Amino acid sequence: MNYNWNWGIFWAPAPDGTGVYFWWLISGLSWTLSTALLAWAIALTLGAAIGTLRTTPVKWAVRLGNAYVEIFRNIPLLVQMFLWYFVLPELLPKALGEAMKQMTPPWASFWPAVLCLGFYTSARVAEQVRAGIQSLPRGQHMAGTAVGLTLPQTYRYVVLPQAFRIILPPLTSEFMNIIKNSSVALTIGLVELTARARAMQEFTFQVFEAFTAATIIYILITLIVVVSMRWLEKRVAVPGLISAAGAPMAGH
Amino acid sequence: MFSGFDFDVIQRSAGYLFREGMTFTLTLTAMAMSGGIVFGTLLAMMRLSKFKWLNVPAAAYVNLMRSVPLVLVIFWFYFLVPYIGAWMIGAKEPIQVGAFWSSVITFTLFEAAYYAEIMRAGIQSVPRGQVSAGQALGLNYWQHMGYIVLPQAFRNMLPVLLTQTIILFQDTSLVYVLSITDFLGAAAKIAQRDGRLIEMYLFVAVVYFIISFTLSLLVKQLQQRIAIIR
Repeated sequence: MNYNWNWGIFWAPAPDGTGVYFWWLISGLSWTLSTALLAWAIALTLGAAIGTLRTTPVKWAVRLGNAYVEIFRNIPLLVQMFLWYFVLPELLPKALGEAMKQMTPPWASFWPAVLCLGFYTSARVAEQVRAGIQSLPRGQHMAGTAVGLTLPQTYRYVVLPQAFRIILPPLTSEFMNIIKNSSVALTIGLVELTARARAMQEFTFQVFEAFTAATIIYILITLIVVVSMRWLEKRVAVPGLISAAGAPMAGH
Repeated sequence: MFSGFDFDVIQRSAGYLFREGMTFTLTLTAMAMSGGIVFGTLLAMMRLSKFKWLNVPAAAYVNLMRSVPLVLVIFWFYFLVPYIGAWMIGAKEPIQVGAFWSSVITFTLFEAAYYAEIMRAGIQSVPRGQVSAGQALGLNYWQHMGYIVLPQAFRNMLPVLLTQTIILFQDTSLVYVLSITDFLGAAAKIAQRDGRLIEMYLFVAVVYFIISFTLSLLVKQLQQRIAIIR
């Protein structure tokens, strides 16, 4: 084993003159977080809407929602990334496609990455929302109807507030997934945290220091997210309401 | 919209795509699945052990793997495995590990953490009375695990284990970052050589969709067939 450890490498100046390697990682982290947060906004909005639609009595809406979820769940994220980045601009009307291709470097891969992660995760969120709503006792729906609420009102005041509390834990892990999955965007040229660590490794040959640093940053993000979601769960908990069923879920 | 398309490129390259690419993808999936389930089950048993020196490292390993992106793990092992190999056989220089074995090791160890969580839930889903009954019969730990708990845990968790395998099948496409010729990698090579990105990537998406969707339908059927009515 002859590997030359050099932990001081983080304070060595980086070749692009923007400071030391440590700042490379921090800049990567900021891209990771901004991609993940924007994509999460899309995922949560779309996912909540589609997940809710899939539980309504409207047959065609249910079918449409199911098709949406199956399409986004059964194509690998990396392939979807390529579809958004390489294929979509060609299929759009010419002017729009050209505009997409002519964006300046970070944005040209940033926006496709955000959209891709957003839509991909929205299907997974939709699945959680559907499961959450269906895990409520049927009596809740009926009680809503019985007191004279319309279907939208039943959802707004009875079903959704309970369902969202139930699915907070699985949503936490979806949020973690979106942060981790943003690393797939390095394949279309987004210089986020993993890409920065990789670039640092290529420039300095200090493989293990670079990857250790990135790993520690990812673990810290996980800890922060988990702790704050625990706090949120406690904060919004309704005494006596069933909490999340710890059903095992496949994930990555 | 499809006027400028050249779907012929798919026909021309299909043999290569499936012979080289899909074979790699499926082999990797199968090996990582079997390795991952075995190692994952052991991890789950460690995690549920009453001994601190067993459950703490297992929990640490599972949580570490689950909080790091797969892409980073792939890079880690790609560079780490040659050093570990050298350390194991006592060589001076990092040994050469092919891209194939490097990715098999990566996916086995990574997926083991996810399979472990599933198996842990599975083991816990077996009623305590079953274990007590085993102990009352005088079975030791390995006997009651092997004959009573694990068979039921596997049965309960089979649909989830298979769903995880479908995810694994999709995730193997990430070996693209090591420029390996898996199904996506093979398609990307053709796409770049012939300048036919759109056709190739759409084709890849359709193939992945058909396989994953069919498998998930089968899992759903299986789930209904093996459900134990309690």
